[in-house]
Amino acid sequence: MKRLVIILMLLASPLWAVDPKEMLDDPVLEDRARALSQELRCPVCRNESIDESNAALAQELRIVLRERIVAGDTDEDALAFMVARYGEFVLLRPDSSGANIILWLAAPALLLIALAIGWSTIRAKRAVPDALSAAEKAELEKILGRDAP
Amino acid sequence: MRCKAVSRFRGAPKCIADVSGLLCCPGAECGMSFVMLIELGHFALILAFGIAIVQTIVPMVGAHRGNAGWMAMAEPAATAQFLLTGFAFAVLTWAFVTSDFSLQLVYLNSHTDKPMIYKITGVWGNHEGSMLLWMLILTLFGACAAWFGDGLPARLRARVLSVQASIAVAFFAFVLFTSNPFLRLEVPPLNGRDLNPLLQDPGLAFHPPFLYLGYVGLSMSFSFAVAALIEGRVDAAWGRWVRPWTLAAWMFLTVGIALGSWWAYYELGWGGFWFWDPVENASFMPWLIAAALLHSAIVVEKREALKSWTILLAILAFGFSLLGAFIVRSGVLTSVHAFANDPERGMLILVILAIFLGGALTLFAFRAHTMESKGVFSTVSRESALILNNILLSVSCFVVFIGTIWPLVSEMLFDRTVSVGPPFFDAAFTPFMVALAIALPLGSILAWKRGTLARASKSVVGWLVLAVAMAGLAYAIQSGNSALGPIGVALGVWVVGGALADLWMRSGRDSIPERLRRITRLPRADWGKATAHIGMGVTIFGIAAMLAWEQEDIRIAQTGDRWEVGQFEFRLDGVNQLEGPNYLTTMADISVWRDAQQVGDLHPEKRFYPVANMPTTEAAIMNGVLRDIYVVVGDPQEGGGWAVRIYLKPFANWIWGGAILMALGGCFSLSDRRLRIGAASAKRRPKAVPAE
Repeated sequence: MKRLVIILMLLASPLWAVDPKEMLDDPVLEDRARALSQELRCPVCRNESIDESNAALAQELRIVLRERIVAGDTDEDALAFMVARYGEFVLLRPDSSGANIILWLAAPALLLIALAIGWSTIRAKRAVPDALSAAEKAELEKILGRDAP
Repeated sequence: MRCKAVSRFRGAPKCIADVSGLLCCPGAECGMSFVMLIELGHFALILAFGIAIVQTIVPMVGAHRGNAGWMAMAEPAATAQFLLTGFAFAVLTWAFVTSDFSLQLVYLNSHTDKPMIYKITGVWGNHEGSMLLWMLILTLFGACAAWFGDGLPARLRARVLSVQASIAVAFFAFVLFTSNPFLRLEVPPLNGRDLNPLLQDPGLAFHPPFLYLGYVGLSMSFSFAVAALIEGRVDAAWGRWVRPWTLAAWMFLTVGIALGSWWAYYELGWGGFWFWDPVENASFMPWLIAAALLHSAIVVEKREALKSWTILLAILAFGFSLLGAFIVRSGVLTSVHAFANDPERGMLILVILAIFLGGALTLFAFRAHTMESKGVFSTVSRESALILNNILLSVSCFVVFIGTIWPLVSEMLFDRTVSVGPPFFDAAFTPFMVALAIALPLGSILAWKRGTLARASKSVVGWLVLAVAMAGLAYAIQSGNSALGPIGVALGVWVVGGALADLWMRSGRDSIPERLRRITRLPRADWGKATAHIGMGVTIFGIAAMLAWEQEDIRIAQTGDRWEVGQFEFRLDGVNQLEGPNYLTTMADISVWRDAQQVGDLHPEKRFYPVANMPTTEAAIMNGVLRDIYVVVGDPQEGGGWAVRIYLKPFANWIWGGAILMALGGCFSLSDRRLRIGAASAKRRPKAVPAE
């Protein structure tokens, strides 16, 4: 029984995110592969990059990615290869083409608007030193017990 | 009812003796009295729903007509709502503790072998139970407003309690009609299906209650804002009343988020602490807005300016809480957090969100112009600095918001399936926090109304020099030339130093011992401000340092192998198969060495939970002030040996340490004299005694 459970356990155990066997010997290429795999979403997982996912497909993609890198692809080529295969969905950093420009520019635009509103509020609130009218000044002088100049 | 003996004589298994052995009723259901208990809990919940409806209507009408009796009914009603919900919650907890599998919820989420602590926390480890916890906290806040609202004008208080009750009505209806925790099973099964093993963890057990205290706490700010809009009046006193509620909610949210992040760090097996997942963002957005609200409420309290903006923030803060509830429970956005997702329930929350947010914003549109601000201030002043703070916090919240919902918008409007992940958020969000950290030390010491940059900068220029010097030092020491680490060091020193300089400035101009003595006597609000700002600096440093200087080592190790990572040496001493209370485990034994001396022994595990049929990875972590050593064991390899991953994570604990400091700062602020007695003292102010 116990043996059976252990066998079951091994069957059910997740494949590992980045297995030592997958890794490239060249540390520079491996670093590039790691960085790129953090930019790619695992297509069958719930919002995980292929770098952190345990899914079999993620492992396959990690290996494919490394093959592309060893074959001499640039980072852009490798990402484009993945997009061609699995669609734009795999990019965790959306590009700025088409409607995606809204995503990238919305916050900077809002910041500018907010700064403009903030600035105008501050300007409107400025304490104006000579805000008293002549009548008010006279009143003040009277209260202070001085004659008007 | 936990069974000691079970009869399988005929048909379904039946309980013939409970744990105590007192009730023996072969062939019949045990303990009729306890059977009733569940129904009583259910009934209490329905009764609380009814009371909430009455409390929504009567005090509001009373406040409108000036009828003191009608207004006064809000208080006992709020208390009754809380007690009844508390009773229902206690009943559900009892059902979990005694493993009453006649309750569907208990059957689906519990097991007799589960440790007691997780039986109790399992109450909120599922959708229905967590909604009941949500209700418990919502009614608790309402009751607190009734108990501690002595200083409030009767009319405002009646309106606040009425608005709070209307929120409760919506959620009681949600619980009772879509997520009822008290549903029975016709034939009670012998045992339950167990709680998701990932949730069987102390960090996660207390993460939801804190988050809910935060989310739901913001409903008080919302109620105050709506009541003030109905009233048509916002003044300094309102600012002072709304602040402690916001502060408390923000503190709980801080702790809740930190707990969740800490849990992810040690549980998920590779030491990530923040993933920009929709569900995480759902808790982060209200946190950012609540932080903005905290600061703008200070301006209302001290200077009677920014009134309508503060009201808007109070509405938005709770709006984002509801949006969070929608994101978490609808499953409309794909998240790693597998909750009981149900689009229909999500739709209902969306309706609740639309009614409350839409209603409040409409009211705001009609009434905001009546909130005329009094205070004037010059361009360089604390008020202006706080406006900048609010702009940065609100826009950074918007970044998180648009990034979170963009996949949905893009798919619906542009028919493009895109993902928005950590690379986007890191790039788009970080600049705002950097700007905030740069502006904070100067802004927080500017004088109210009219300040001078020259004077303010004089007191922090020393810290600026130190910050730059430390960054240079960090750059020189580190291997590689990433800017992240040094920038983190500079910002951390600058923010922490600025907070210390702020305290120092407040101590006057006397001799150093005199100033030190005076610092200890500063109002607690000042200490709270400094502590929270220091916490922010510490967290910024922790995040930057950990991300920049982490070291990773992945390899296949045979038993007896030794290898080096950083200044440490590791040895795989063995791997054993063991059994836990409700799981089986493969436990590695790895010793840690430094300079030929053993400094630790780590036991990373791979667990398997048979009932849930689910494996988990348990990292072993050696915590330290300067670094964490994080070890994970993986699969056995074909050629023998085990996959082992080792991370050195410098300053990891500073991330959560900073969050704790922020929450602690909130505690100090909350215990300030003016909040403890300020609001209530109006009544008890001693009469002036003529001098003799």
